[in-house]
Amino acid sequence: MRRRILLVSAALTACSGCSGWQSALDPQGPAAASLDRLLLGFVLVLGGIWLCVMLVLAAGLWRRAAATPGTARRRSAWAVGGACAATVLVVSGLTLASYLASRAAPLGQDEPLVIRVRGLQWWWEVVYPGADGQDLVTANEIHIPVGRPVRIELSAADVIHSFWVPNLAGKQDMIPGRDNVLTFTAWEAGTYRGQCAEFCGMQHARMAFLIVAESQESFDRWRAAQEAEAAAPAGEEEARGRQVFEQKPCGACHTIRGTEARGTTGPDLTHIASRQYLAAGVLPMTRGALAAWTADPQTIKPGNNMPLVPLTAAELQAVSAWLASLR
Amino acid sequence: MDKRWAALSTLLLALSLLGGCRVENRETRLDPPLAEALDHIALMPNGIGGTPPEIYTIMGKPYRTSSFHLSQGKRLYEWFGCQACHGDGQGGNAPSLIDGWWNYGPDLTSIYASIRDGRPGGMPAFRNRLTNEQIWQLAGYVQVMGAYSPPSAAPGRSDRPQTRPAENRAPAASAPLR
Repeated sequence: MRRRILLVSAALTACSGCSGWQSALDPQGPAAASLDRLLLGFVLVLGGIWLCVMLVLAAGLWRRAAATPGTARRRSAWAVGGACAATVLVVSGLTLASYLASRAAPLGQDEPLVIRVRGLQWWWEVVYPGADGQDLVTANEIHIPVGRPVRIELSAADVIHSFWVPNLAGKQDMIPGRDNVLTFTAWEAGTYRGQCAEFCGMQHARMAFLIVAESQESFDRWRAAQEAEAAAPAGEEEARGRQVFEQKPCGACHTIRGTEARGTTGPDLTHIASRQYLAAGVLPMTRGALAAWTADPQTIKPGNNMPLVPLTAAELQAVSAWLASLR
Repeated sequence: MDKRWAALSTLLLALSLLGGCRVENRETRLDPPLAEALDHIALMPNGIGGTPPEIYTIMGKPYRTSSFHLSQGKRLYEWFGCQACHGDGQGGNAPSLIDGWWNYGPDLTSIYASIRDGRPGGMPAFRNRLTNEQIWQLAGYVQVMGAYSPPSAAPGRSDRPQTRPAENRAPAASAPLR
């Protein structure tokens, strides 16, 4: 009885993979759909083969050996030959199918939106190239318009990472010194979770990102808002927070456009509070989470490259107020 | 009897392989009080030479002997623009760090002070840009880079082509590159 409960609950847990959140079984774009069809085809063909093998095995165990050795040899020659031919046919057929499925889908009429994504230990730098060299730099959250192909140019800064949004496309590695490209389209507006899919060090598991697919109008609105400089401090506390941020080591790694903070080795924080998650999908974006992260990043995500910067309680209050106001 | 010896030696061989399981302990979070105490160096009045804080010895002098800290130092060396003046260690606008000659002495405390407070002649102070531990990591890396004797630990090798001898050979200046 207990074992049955265990089995059923294990099966149910596996079924949760079929729900939409970060699942390849819930395709939301043509690239993911072709992979989904491929997976279904593989499961059907290989399941059929498994069934046939089991049937033959059962029959072989059940029946007695043939009486005359001559006919037995001829029969087994037929069986072995047939199995070999079937293996060759199935393997080459499936190889061809997977080649066709992984080939880049035709783009159609629309010119793709180009986005450069760089993988770092352990976050994602996202750059929207501008017309006049005025690139928009953000991190960990990629907004795309629905229905328009997106061409993601992938690179890596330190070690090999892999860009994977199961609902929209297959995996593509990000290799230092070798730029890869991934093109996909989102059919429907929604938020799709992505995850680094190549082991890249201590915090590989906490290297997630979001793709937010939205209508062209709201994408344009988002982009215009992101291109603006950081808002001026709304109150006294925020002003103090900005001052602390500029004077302490924060600004040596982070950029907040419109302030003295111009570091480029950490994520751009100009509009950090507009993102849904903090630290590459680790914490939900709240002022409390911002304060917790600033106070002790090494306990929340051990080994990441943000040091524990000693701040007084008042400084921490001010900095978290300032960061939470950067919408 | 022979079989026994074979079994015993196989067992010993397998046991010796277990040595490979030992990994360096990475201390990624230094307790804030320790980090604060690490700043209390005693520097000679002329700014050359001094003694590290007691806590540094109590911690086991990790910034020269741990590959993890040395690798962090190497990353900071690239991230914080040291290469702009010191190159990959050969120098440029600023003195070389691998020629065996130290303007302010070869000990770690002097290097720490140079990074933290800057030095006349263009070396900027990194007091407000790095934490105390990061300055120690960077100082450890700089010292190992130009050490007279081979260090027991070394940072990871660069992916880029080498422009100078690797950090874990010594002495720095006399080692030929090619």
